Amino acid sequence: MASELGMGELEVEKHVNYILSVEKNTDSFESVVMEHLRINGAYWGLTTLDLLEKINSVDSKEVVSWVLKCQHESGGFGGNIGHDPHLLYTLSAIQVLALFDKINELDIDKVSNYISGLQNEDGSFPGDMWGEVDTRFSYVAICSLALLRRLDKINVEKAVKYIVSCKNLDGGFGCTPGAESHAGQIFCCVGALAITGSLHHIDKDLLGWWLCERQVKSGGLNGRPEKLADVCYSWWVLSSLIMIDRVHWIDKAKLAKFILDCQDKEKGGISDRPDDAVDVFHTYFGVAGLSLLEYPGLKAIDPAYALPVDVVNRVFFGR
Amino acid sequence: MHGRARKTPTPQEEKAFALKASKLRPLQSQFLQFHHNKTYTKEALEVCAKLLEANPEYLTAWNYRKVAVEHILSHSETETEIDPESIKSIFSEELRVTERAFAQNYKSYGAWYHRKWVLSKGHSSIDRELQLLEVFLKKDTRNFHAWNYRRFVAALKNRSDEEELQFTTDMISDNFSNYSAWHNRSVLLSQLLEKKVQGYFPKEKVLTEECNLVHQALFTDPDDQSGWFYHLWILDRMVKVESPLLVSTWPPHGSSINVSVKGCLDKSTLSPMTSFDLNTGTIPVILYFSEAVEGVNSSTINVESIYDATQDLIWTPLSTNNSGSAQAWVTYLNFLEEKFHFLQANPLKVSVGHSQGIVSLNGFHCAHPTEFEFTVYVQPPTSQHTDLQCLEMISWGDENFHICETHLKESSPIKFSYQLENNEDNESTTYKWKAETIANEIALFRELLSEANCKIGKLTLARLLMAHDVIMSYNKSSDTYKLAHSEEVLELYCDLMNSDPSHSQFYKDEYSLVLLQQLTSNLESLLRHCYHYRDLSSSSIHGHICLRLCNLSLSRIGSIKQLLWIQMLDLSHNQLRSIEGLEAMQLLSCLNLSHNQIGTFSALEPLKLLKALKVLNVSYNEIGAHSVNTRRYLCSSPLSHTVGSDWNFSEFAIDSVDVANYWEAFFIFKDLKLTQLDIIGNVVADEKFKVFLLKVMPTLKWLDGVELQRHPKP
Ligand SMILES: [Zn+2]
Repeated sequence: MASELGMGELEVEKHVNYILSVEKNTDSFESVVMEHLRINGAYWGLTTLDLLEKINSVDSKEVVSWVLKCQHESGGFGGNIGHDPHLLYTLSAIQVLALFDKINELDIDKVSNYISGLQNEDGSFPGDMWGEVDTRFSYVAICSLALLRRLDKINVEKAVKYIVSCKNLDGGFGCTPGAESHAGQIFCCVGALAITGSLHHIDKDLLGWWLCERQVKSGGLNGRPEKLADVCYSWWVLSSLIMIDRVHWIDKAKLAKFILDCQDKEKGGISDRPDDAVDVFHTYFGVAGLSLLEYPGLKAIDPAYALPVDVVNRVFFGR
Repeated sequence: MHGRARKTPTPQEEKAFALKASKLRPLQSQFLQFHHNKTYTKEALEVCAKLLEANPEYLTAWNYRKVAVEHILSHSETETEIDPESIKSIFSEELRVTERAFAQNYKSYGAWYHRKWVLSKGHSSIDRELQLLEVFLKKDTRNFHAWNYRRFVAALKNRSDEEELQFTTDMISDNFSNYSAWHNRSVLLSQLLEKKVQGYFPKEKVLTEECNLVHQALFTDPDDQSGWFYHLWILDRMVKVESPLLVSTWPPHGSSINVSVKGCLDKSTLSPMTSFDLNTGTIPVILYFSEAVEGVNSSTINVESIYDATQDLIWTPLSTNNSGSAQAWVTYLNFLEEKFHFLQANPLKVSVGHSQGIVSLNGFHCAHPTEFEFTVYVQPPTSQHTDLQCLEMISWGDENFHICETHLKESSPIKFSYQLENNEDNESTTYKWKAETIANEIALFRELLSEANCKIGKLTLARLLMAHDVIMSYNKSSDTYKLAHSEEVLELYCDLMNSDPSHSQFYKDEYSLVLLQQLTSNLESLLRHCYHYRDLSSSSIHGHICLRLCNLSLSRIGSIKQLLWIQMLDLSHNQLRSIEGLEAMQLLSCLNLSHNQIGTFSALEPLKLLKALKVLNVSYNEIGAHSVNTRRYLCSSPLSHTVGSDWNFSEFAIDSVDVANYWEAFFIFKDLKLTQLDIIGNVVADEKFKVFLLKVMPTLKWLDGVELQRHPKP
């Protein structure tokens, strides 16, 4: 398909080397600045490697034992060893363990109690004990508990109700009731509704049209009207469109070309826009986006759990 | 990392980075030490502030500051109350820290939340906040952190919705291209309309004003998207009837239905359109609403008949995800019992919406009480005790379909289907206002398009024209509704497919819906697609009426409410990816979907709700050809927690078949009772898969046109 559509090639080997080099180069300014969310970085990097069928190039034992050290006594995970726990980091930890089929290394009740204990009376979730409420955290809580097979620990009906209360005029969702729609936020809300079997609350045609209008002339996707295209929205917009079965409304070949144009063809990695500096975050979203576009040679990624399909199937259909 | 150019750093830059890193690293480790030792000295707080100034995303540092503030407030060394001034200065310091963080990154979630946290403690003045926000919103009028914070501050200051609405007016007047302002306007206006605040009532007046405001934006720059979504929302609020309506039923009002309890009816004497072979002894009653509703049950729906068999009917939502809500609902009336005398008329009357309880997902009650009546005749059994599909294989070849005799029109109950359309009072002022407003909008957008080639303008015009036709259709007493503009709308969509090729599939889907609306809008046009099915090579005299919608390049199905009566449907040679909506067609027994673009078994989920379905052709589709399943979360499965863990797959698993590979097929076919299936021409359909199918569906007699050997011929 790649050559048929006149696409550039995905530089698989260079991206693998780039990700491995970022992991090793712990002295750079970038890695110092990223220290507080190293566990997110691990998830982005490792999932990318798995999609590229190269996850064997890391030492899984080392990763798993490091992830477990990020766990706080409360049961939640910090972004790094010794950091405070937060839902965002807890999901990444669970996802990384799922990649290596090591969820059972966790004290599942302890982690799931931490997550379920955060749910507010109105169904919403704060990210941690300090109370910042956001539908991102609803997604993170729901996705985490589903992967742990403990969704019954929260009031799902109320959680869904809160998410639905964040729906806007354009069919999209914001971070709290009244907040503007944003593709990243839409992914979280659509993902949470997908995992809880509640997609009937979405006006698929209205939201689908808004999402497909995120594609701009360059083929890339933006996250809100009249904004610049960015590779990370390839993931957020595409996965949302797939979950509501409207992904055929965009031009997939043009989007694939945009993502491929954002590769650093010399050193590997993918950036937000062509000729910008690469980072692990956009490398992950670029590769995940190509996977959603059925780019040849990549593993399929699940649009709701944001993990390779075989990993998700192993969780839900495995032994 | 956003918006940083890709280039190899110069040696100087390299050095600068290294220096920064070497400064930041000790700050981080020093900070973590203070944090872990619970040290909240001035020095420690200073280190923390420096860290946040360099990296405002450092979550643990924000948390530490909150702990420190609480610690200082509760552990006053002097054991006396801390004086209010000191408290104030403690919180002021926190506000300063957030401002230094904003200077580094004004999109830092941690910094914005810390500021909210400080203000919600109530020791700081909120007077400065709006000024601070103006600075941020000047720098970036779309900064959603700032807009969110503004809503927070407005609530804290008890600012009225009107004041905040005025702020959005100001922002919009500055620059029409501000989606964030339009969005906030929609939120505020909804609240004002709902509360019927003085000056925001009646709704018609307010919406007309809003329409005029947004027109200015659209005409200033038609290619800017900001105003268009707001405009669509306003139009929707103008046109849409808020409460759900019953728009179609089966059986239709005034119809007479013949049913057989056992065996086949002789359709040479009875109209094939009104006769049903029901070996189950039951007939469906279908309620089709204008949108998904919940609360349809024996207390909200009253069914009267001369027998009491209609008490405690179970109404089932026809939805695929167990949500308890659906656009179509069904119950089954039982005619098996002895007391039903053959050929005697069984009149039934169904009343909907007389008691509260049927509610849309938006919380609106079904407010238009509706009634419909029909008569059921139970026919005596014929000699043959089998029905058509059990006897012979259905063959979808053109040679077996014959033009319908004209007398069908007379006896057809489908003509009644057109009578239950919306009953909005077309003399009311609201109705007149709606019709007039839409007519004005149409004129306005025709004008815009004569000057500018604007795609959303064309799309809006197409939507307006269809809305106009639907509204005007209430204004009738005939059995058809006129779609005066459908040809023009189809042309607009064709034009859009060409001029905006990136979104051509979106326009194509819209085109398909309009085409079906046009095709089903009156009986004559619908009957042109109806054929008599008669297999010439067979001895059987039984005939089905088949609706054949083949080769229309349909990419989507719609207008189901007009098609509830169909028993045999041929949708082959189209471009369908999904059959969403088909679940309402409870009478369907034979379905041809061959030569379409169905990509997964999950897309067939609606079929699980079709009790009568016996014959299915999904040959020559794309099942198994895609790595991405776009129906994965729209069907019931363990992934979406819509299926319990009580399913047992293992008894069907065969050697070397992985559960995960076949679960989609398993979840569809385990609930189907097909006698005939065609699946050839799909990637998935290999020999191993066929063995699996036979295990899951013991009812199957023909697979891909071949009679299966496991059932000896009768
Ligand atoms: Zn980005």
